[in-house]
Amino acid sequence: MNLRTPLGTEVLSLHAGDRVFLSGIIYTARDEAHLRMMEEGIPFDPKGAAIYHCGPVIQGKQIIAAGPTTSARMNRLTGFLLDSGVRCLIGKGGMDSGVRDALRGRAVYLAFTGGCAALAASHMKLQGVHYPDLGMAEAVWIIEVTDLPLVVGIDAHGGDLFSRIGDRAGMRFEEWKKSSRLQG
Amino acid sequence: MDAHGVETLRKALVDATLACIHDAEVLLPADVKRAIDVSYEAETDPVARGELENIRANIQTAERLDLPLCQDTGIAVIYVTVPENFTLSRAELSSAIREGVRKATEAVPLRPNAVDPLTRENSGDNTGVEIPPIHFSEGPELTITVLPKGAGSENVSRIGMLLPSEAGKVISFVVETVLLAGGKPCPPVVVGVGIGGTFDLAAALAKEALLLPIGMMNSFESEICDAINTLGIGPMGLGGDTTALAVKVKKAHCHTASLPVAVNIQCWACRRATRVVTP
Repeated sequence: MNLRTPLGTEVLSLHAGDRVFLSGIIYTARDEAHLRMMEEGIPFDPKGAAIYHCGPVIQGKQIIAAGPTTSARMNRLTGFLLDSGVRCLIGKGGMDSGVRDALRGRAVYLAFTGGCAALAASHMKLQGVHYPDLGMAEAVWIIEVTDLPLVVGIDAHGGDLFSRIGDRAGMRFEEWKKSSRLQG
Repeated sequence: MDAHGVETLRKALVDATLACIHDAEVLLPADVKRAIDVSYEAETDPVARGELENIRANIQTAERLDLPLCQDTGIAVIYVTVPENFTLSRAELSSAIREGVRKATEAVPLRPNAVDPLTRENSGDNTGVEIPPIHFSEGPELTITVLPKGAGSENVSRIGMLLPSEAGKVISFVVETVLLAGGKPCPPVVVGVGIGGTFDLAAALAKEALLLPIGMMNSFESEICDAINTLGIGPMGLGGDTTALAVKVKKAHCHTASLPVAVNIQCWACRRATRVVTP
């Protein structure tokens, strides 16, 4: 499925595991940017916006590398964005059950393949920056993306691929321990 | 050697450091690319296949555009072999390597990642107190090896001080480390394991294990790797057949009353490069 920002209710029809291609404007934000936005307000229109958990490498006006960072660090910092109308979070590794609940009926979490920074950069054009004083990794970079290949990690119905796979891995670990004890 | 020769040698080490960092950041080693290809060919889960397609496309894009594979260009962990009675002292070697790291930060370019641990103030050039870590050993030639280590995988690494009676729990400790890490370290991972030694030596061995070629595993390493892959965590924790590309183990003797086991997780981008330094 192809998505374009600003996003609307079309994200509600997505399901965990779906592959999507995203185009339009996205905003990078990591820990420091979230804290600043909470304090001073969001410096862009959050309605239908997409937030990318990413600390890119920028050289001049060029995006050199822009893969996702670990989203779980933003677990406690995300609620205000969803309350303001943000429709999509992009990152890696998934988020906790608090965010999963906050996404219900409103927004989705899209996973981008970790470490694929050169691939990401090849789908991106830099459009501007907020909070440059936070430094390269922590500033809010305004980026235009074209057909960024993503997977729905957490949908708007409580479907969470990361927790499903994590729970299954935990059960398989217990089974493996039992069978290796029997063999040993 | 005269002053001019010393300066030439020093400059060669600066250049080799820069070249090694560039190569490690941009070009994934052939054995790692091969392991990723093998996992892609064997993968049955459609989501996992999509993730591995992105990874393969990323490797090609980085090579083609001469860009770093990942925006987390890491902390450059450095291993140097130095011949006996070498012209340059360890202090001079370290200073040349630090200069190479600073140059690479501008030239590759690298993300400035080195910060004070408490104030979080960034040095801006990837050097700082004890950073980059430089490990010296003796060897027939002056060589430099760079292992850029990202934080996502480093942060889920673990050390366990097991009891001497718990040798049977070593494999389970390693598998559990990968389970607890889930999708955070960007699987499919390479798992470096250090068994024995002291608290610090076990961790050093686990990291050194990540320098070993991953194309071959002994039966102990394969047994751990197979157990990890039964977990089904898959690429990025989204599910799939390959959670670990390889497990590599290094051992040392240890105190009769202890059994340290260190697990250093490495993301799929098992970046490393080596050069012989010649003036």
